Amino acid sequence: MSFQAVVFYVLSLILIVAAFRVVTAKNPVHAALYLVLAFFTASGHWLLLQAEFLAIALVLVYVGAVMVLFLFVVMMLDINIEKLREGFWQHFPLAGTVALVMVAEMVLILSSPEANLAGFQAGPAVAADASNVRELGRQLYTVYLLPFEAAAVVLLVAMVAAIGITMRKRADSKYINPAEQVRVRRNDRVRMVQVQAVKPEADSASDINEQQA
Amino acid sequence: MLSLTHFLVLAGILFAISVLGIFLNRKNLIILLMAIELMLLAVNYNFIAFSHYLSDTAGQIFVFFILTVAAAESAIGLAILVVLFRKLDTINVEDLGSLKG
Repeated sequence: MSFQAVVFYVLSLILIVAAFRVVTAKNPVHAALYLVLAFFTASGHWLLLQAEFLAIALVLVYVGAVMVLFLFVVMMLDINIEKLREGFWQHFPLAGTVALVMVAEMVLILSSPEANLAGFQAGPAVAADASNVRELGRQLYTVYLLPFEAAAVVLLVAMVAAIGITMRKRADSKYINPAEQVRVRRNDRVRMVQVQAVKPEADSASDINEQQA
Repeated sequence: MLSLTHFLVLAGILFAISVLGIFLNRKNLIILLMAIELMLLAVNYNFIAFSHYLSDTAGQIFVFFILTVAAAESAIGLAILVVLFRKLDTINVEDLGSLKG
């Protein structure tokens, strides 16, 4: 068995165990951490397939950003796990059967001679100094420029939507309303009062001085 | 020697495990979101495996866009989840029947 095959099987084992623990873990925090392990292992597999840029992007974007977001939310919510776990294993026989049938079908189809997947051989080995990132970047900014910009818009919309959904007005927050500010007239703020100018009496002025002293 | 079948079967197993997870965690919205992330990962495996064995980078570009959309999806999904929990104090799917659908 070649070195690559050994790496593949070890990583596959870790990936399958981690994925299984994601869906069966009792504590959602554990599930999120196992999902991190699954993504990390998947990135190792993608390195085997010479998709270096995506392997690194998976670690940076998924493990670094999305999973941290998941962990934040899981820890922020105060969930009653016991109630959610009621009857958890009740449907396991049916669900396990469906999953096993799916896997069996896919293995049968993929390994049948008619599928002719053996005909797909890995192309000639890429040069040691060939850059996967350079190649992907060249394609993204030429052939796939419009989808790339659309993806940027999708991310912007998602960001605005996420903030808009979760924003709430707090009773104690202070802010100014520009419309009201603009509508203000002089008479709303300033009141002209006619005050009679009076010269203070001499003895009352001395009283004040005594009180201050 | 590793062949395309190895990776496709692995992706199939991963996909089946996430289907199992959706079956088992019918009530827990947050684990449902995680199972969807696992499904998208399984799909990405297929694209990258074919991209490698066909020596065509188009598959990797597609995975790039799937990752973008998946990040947007999980951000909005978690935002909805937070608002839901703030309003109803629960993320149990069975308690979300106010629309009587």
